[in-house]
Amino acid sequence: MKGKRILAALSGGVDSSVAAVLLKQQGWEVIGISMDLYDFSKVTKDREGTCCSLDDLYDARRVCDTLNIPYYVLNLRDEFRREVVEPFVREYVSGRTPNPCILCNEHLKFRALLRKADELEAEGVATGHYAVIRREPSGRCRLFAAPDESKDQSYFLFSLESERLRRIHFPVGQMYKDEVRKIAEGAGLPVFEKRESQDICFVTDDSYTEFLNRRGIQEKEGRILDRSGNVLGTHKGILRYTLGQRKGLGIAAKEPLYVVSIDAEKNEIVLGTEDETLSPSATVGRFSFVAGAPPAKEFRATAKVRFRHVGEEASVRVEGERIKVVFDSPQRSVTPGQALVLYDGKEVLGGGWIECESASRS
Amino acid sequence: MRKIYFDNNATTPVHPEVRKAIEPFLSDQFGNPSSIHWAGRDVRKGIEDARQEIASFFGSQPLELVFTSSGTESDNLAIKGIAYRQGNAGKHIVTSQVEHPAVINACRFLETQGFRVTYVPVNRHGIVEPEKVREALTRDTILVSVMYANNETGSVMAIPEIGAIARDAGVIMHTDAVQAAGKIPIDFSHLPVDMLTFSGHKVNALKGAGGLIVRKGIEIEAMSHGGHQERGRRGGTENVVGIIAMGKSFQLLRTRMADEVAEVLRLRTKFEKGLFDRIPELVLNGHPTRRLPNTVNISFRYVEGEAMLLNLDMMGIACSSGSACTSGSLEPSPILVAMGADPTDAQGALRFSLGWGNTDADVEYAIDAVETVTSKLRALSPLYPSTKEAKAR
Repeated sequence: MKGKRILAALSGGVDSSVAAVLLKQQGWEVIGISMDLYDFSKVTKDREGTCCSLDDLYDARRVCDTLNIPYYVLNLRDEFRREVVEPFVREYVSGRTPNPCILCNEHLKFRALLRKADELEAEGVATGHYAVIRREPSGRCRLFAAPDESKDQSYFLFSLESERLRRIHFPVGQMYKDEVRKIAEGAGLPVFEKRESQDICFVTDDSYTEFLNRRGIQEKEGRILDRSGNVLGTHKGILRYTLGQRKGLGIAAKEPLYVVSIDAEKNEIVLGTEDETLSPSATVGRFSFVAGAPPAKEFRATAKVRFRHVGEEASVRVEGERIKVVFDSPQRSVTPGQALVLYDGKEVLGGGWIECESASRS
Repeated sequence: MRKIYFDNNATTPVHPEVRKAIEPFLSDQFGNPSSIHWAGRDVRKGIEDARQEIASFFGSQPLELVFTSSGTESDNLAIKGIAYRQGNAGKHIVTSQVEHPAVINACRFLETQGFRVTYVPVNRHGIVEPEKVREALTRDTILVSVMYANNETGSVMAIPEIGAIARDAGVIMHTDAVQAAGKIPIDFSHLPVDMLTFSGHKVNALKGAGGLIVRKGIEIEAMSHGGHQERGRRGGTENVVGIIAMGKSFQLLRTRMADEVAEVLRLRTKFEKGLFDRIPELVLNGHPTRRLPNTVNISFRYVEGEAMLLNLDMMGIACSSGSACTSGSLEPSPILVAMGADPTDAQGALRFSLGWGNTDADVEYAIDAVETVTSKLRALSPLYPSTKEAKAR
């Protein structure tokens, strides 16, 4: 890799900064880049902790100054709007709970940036993600969860197939947070630990509903029903609800009630008991596998239905455009719009997007 | 790596004679020009000599000059200084769609303060048509502000005509001449213009110093209230070194401008011809002839200006594209959009601005580099018709 050029995607945080340090030590010609994804001047709220606020760009630039490498901010606003924000809005409107961070990885970090790498004659793109890429002699690449389970981000990376992984590098992916911090200190990097945010970077208003309202999505009152179709009350708009939600329903009942389904077409919310939030299975669409294809028509795997999910053993069957995942024991809040990621031990096999017709309703 | 600087409309290198001129003011000559004693007097003399030189260059009276920190401050002082001057009753300002952000954003601010602003459009060459200014005037228009030459395209506006229209209507005329000064002849004494902005660092002096020429008899409100400096029109101890540097630069230009302009025009013509001869599908943005001698703005169809700029940077060539936003990334140029350029062409636009110190060898190396980068990026562009198809047509 001596003298070979690579783009280091920098968020201004410690992980991607240390990634750049390691690449430089390995002899790469490192070019620091950050993505300009939306009009920062419209951001009024404190956005500390998201991927790319103006303050973060300042930090990233200072890291590059320290490393004596060039730094560019790339304008990817059009791509971000098209590939992340607009799908996010569409998903919410159709009653699902979208995961824009995966779309951002898929379309921005590891598609648009690889195109930029081509334009700049760079071998590939490196980020500060915690996940491990194993490169086999055949050239095939496999993806694994990070050893540091508390930092593992492999869930967000399931859509990267082997062909693309060849050009992607996660220099801190194998490390533990303490090591990363030590390297940062040793390199004299002007970075500090940033608060990890659960917020979505482009939702700059106080709430999703406000954000969606401003984009012309009108909320309509609708009925709240129980599983038998009895009307329990009125809701203020389905955007405000997510599967498994218990708080803020405004319905008095003997036992706690949870959102068990959202019907965007009828503009209805259905509530049920805790048991009724459990799904024995999930249907997954728009799936992809790291190896390019599923390992078999039917196979066993560990399924994660959201980022922090511990994972559940499951039987997986490929059914044309979809895959059916039957959990060994029913899972709570299998939420349409979220990603379901399949693992074999630590290895990421692939995944897809949870669709609406969950077994709990049939 | 070979380094070639083709971004002289952004800023310019400091001339060695300027460096020599400021040296005493970095050591012995440290006084405050407002002081009455020897230390102040010497420095004051330096400033007034500089004022004299710059006034001679522009054909103005020395006392018509107000030194400021920058072109931006000068534009703000001119526009707000008229809007807020005592006794002003008018609430309307006429400017153009292709002004520098210093003018556009000063006007936008005034719009929040009860003023109305008309942003006159430009023709396809990026030039403000004087008649459009006349049509925009209203009974309570207090100011017309149109730039002398555009920073991105180099297109030169008809300032004598526009100034005459303003004068006929009894409206004060301001022009931002930051890009024009030192590149095309300007004679303030014969120009129907009341206020003119200039800057030091565009003419091989230092960043941090600029000025506004305010015609005798025109009253403006100060924007920076403080001491009596600049006759109360701009409080604050003077940027002595910056002013001395500017004085030297304009002094040099008085004798050398004709030669320097001829040389830079020769190099730009060679560069422009080289690109158009060797690279297909280029679009010239701006007026073919009514243009600053050092500037050429070209759209490279089927490629993004950002990718061009970064590649050229890595080959040591400094040029510019679009306008940088707060984050430092690039946006399509609002100037080219206002000219009616195709939006994808606007995305693929690069500005090369030559200047003092550039050589034939620079031009030749840059032509080769631009050709190489264009071919490479077009080969990656899904939009670019393949060479084969191009030949068949």
